[in-house]
Amino acid sequence: MAFGPFLLLALMEGLVTSAVLALAAAGLSLVFGVMRVVNVAHGAFFMLGAVLAWAVATFVPGPPAVAFIAALAIAPLAVAALAAAADGLILKRLDYDPEATIVATIGLLYMIEQAALSLYGPNANPVQAPFEWRIQLPWFGYSGYKLFVVLAAALVLLALWAFMTRTKAGLIMRATQVDRTTARAFGINVDRVYMGTFALGAGLAALAGVLIVPISQAHYLMGGDPLLLSFIVVIIGGLGSLRGTLIAALVIGLSDGVISMFFTPTLAKILATLLVAMVLVFRPQGLFGAKA
Amino acid sequence: MTNFANPTRRGLLMAGGAGLLTAALPGYVGAQAAPIKIGFQLHRTGIGASYGRWYERTAQAALKLINEGGGINGRPVEILFEDDATDPKRGSEVVDKLTQSDGCDVVMGTLFSHVVIGSAPRAGELKVPYLVCSEGYHVASGMLNRWTLQPGITDVRSQISSMAPWVSGNLGKKVTMIFPDFAFGHDHRDFFTAAMAAQGGEVIAQIAIPPTETSFTRYFPQIPAETEVLYHVMVGPAVLTFVKELGEFYGSGAKPQIFGFIDSLEAVDTATPGLEFLEGTHFWEAHNRVKPADAGEHEGHYREAVGVDDNGASISDAADVATYSHMFSTWETLFAIKAGMEAAGYAGPADRQKFVEAMEAMTDLPYGIERPQGAKVFNGKTHQVFGTQNISQVQGGKLVRVHSTKLEDGLYPDAVDYTTMSF
Repeated sequence: MAFGPFLLLALMEGLVTSAVLALAAAGLSLVFGVMRVVNVAHGAFFMLGAVLAWAVATFVPGPPAVAFIAALAIAPLAVAALAAAADGLILKRLDYDPEATIVATIGLLYMIEQAALSLYGPNANPVQAPFEWRIQLPWFGYSGYKLFVVLAAALVLLALWAFMTRTKAGLIMRATQVDRTTARAFGINVDRVYMGTFALGAGLAALAGVLIVPISQAHYLMGGDPLLLSFIVVIIGGLGSLRGTLIAALVIGLSDGVISMFFTPTLAKILATLLVAMVLVFRPQGLFGAKA
Repeated sequence: MTNFANPTRRGLLMAGGAGLLTAALPGYVGAQAAPIKIGFQLHRTGIGASYGRWYERTAQAALKLINEGGGINGRPVEILFEDDATDPKRGSEVVDKLTQSDGCDVVMGTLFSHVVIGSAPRAGELKVPYLVCSEGYHVASGMLNRWTLQPGITDVRSQISSMAPWVSGNLGKKVTMIFPDFAFGHDHRDFFTAAMAAQGGEVIAQIAIPPTETSFTRYFPQIPAETEVLYHVMVGPAVLTFVKELGEFYGSGAKPQIFGFIDSLEAVDTATPGLEFLEGTHFWEAHNRVKPADAGEHEGHYREAVGVDDNGASISDAADVATYSHMFSTWETLFAIKAGMEAAGYAGPADRQKFVEAMEAMTDLPYGIERPQGAKVFNGKTHQVFGTQNISQVQGGKLVRVHSTKLEDGLYPDAVDYTTMSF
């Protein structure tokens, strides 16, 4: 294949990775930014979104598009509800102590994964894409659904940005992020903000899971890679900075696409991990994070 | 009346003796009918889970048949399934547990070659017969040990050398290979490349993909434009993604001839949306998923026993497609164990060595309900069985057999003589 089309395909693949990564990492970044909780169970919420999408698609009759839209609505809400419950039952009782919550979310990760294994099983199951449309370029074909994923992720991120900057709820969340004690003094119910943030973060991961499942099937161990890459993105972008997360997701996703294609996927992972190490050494707060 | 509060010495002795007798009796009677325990190293979870699901069902069906026929040497047989998570480290622990804690007579059933290679040394240390169903060339190559045998399925080297002439004669000479980047895939790479060269063909590119990969489009641009035949073999939970993305990549544009190992499509419905591009392409199958019109007399009985319909899906759920081309190996291995144990007069773990020697003495294994995939020949020196292969074409969304190889096509010179090795 000639260089031009080769690069185009690499960039398209990278963009899809970036889009899914940006969604998942935005949730992780939000939870850390507002709550100072490092959520190790984030990948499990991603997986749960995909598995629930499969469940919804299996039980909702009618054309694939209807089932997919139902999954898009139901799965993130269900995962958000589960996360809210986990917050109330576990994290709140630990008083959001940073070390304790890490251990608690590791436990949560195992519980969710094993529950998925027991109830859903060890198999990878496909979910049909809402539409079967393929773009035929002169050099190669490409899934139209993948481009839809990029578009959908961009819209969701835009909505998230508007929510954080243009609504009162967003303002309250940002106030809690800056200073929880002062926020409480101003009458903000910090407990409710935390519960809402944790639910929102998990819901974003689940949404990413629903979007990815027609491309790669639902499998109980699928949360591992997104978790790792989300952490990489969030560390490079700066924990708690949405703008940084988005830019880092683009950098990691696109470089992953290009390096994977021109060299090997393993090299792409090596370089991403190396970049994290460099950022941690020379700019521990991340590229866009505020100094702690 | 006996005084229980103040027993006499004689009374005590008699009661004790009676107690001893009662305790020993079931042991004696039990020894006669104690079941033969077969440990099954099962890929219930991990990247081999779809195979594990069907291997368990197939083994249970064969077990039922064996027990209905009087078991082995008149003793009932039981199988203890233990999940190895398709992981080599866990695999050797499973061999250990099945042998040492559960007291299994033999261990069988492993498919994934990295798990076999990780577990076989432990089986050798424990001196327990280890009967694998893995296709890898690691048994016949001499890499493993005298306790490891593969009596239920032909290895990759033999499969490939018997089919390469057909591929080069019918599809093309310039081949690009896509294979999983571990032992099993490396066997494909090495032997297909050599077999094509022997046919005057050439492998022009080799694309290795990690078996845990979930995204494949990025690998496809490495396929050279002058490729005449694309040879693919993939494993793991993402096989459907692999074939779908391959279809998207070629789209409606020009594409080479495609020859795949059915592994890329095991447990996947060939009529899945997005797989239309497979129409007209060819697949290797050991055991035809769609029942051929001229199938052997035992095919129907076998399908019924394992619960598979004529399209190769579960009788109870048409969406649950079997790993049909591989799972017969567990059935045939169980019947080979039965034959080996009966030839050795196997009575217990002390006879394990006699069992291996009896297996090594096997040669002709004719077609029958014990071997629904077809007749085979076992090579006692290399511990490897040889059988016939099939090439199928996707026609109308279904796999239709278009060619069968002969048993002799897959034979190659021995690389090892395990019978000269010590136990």
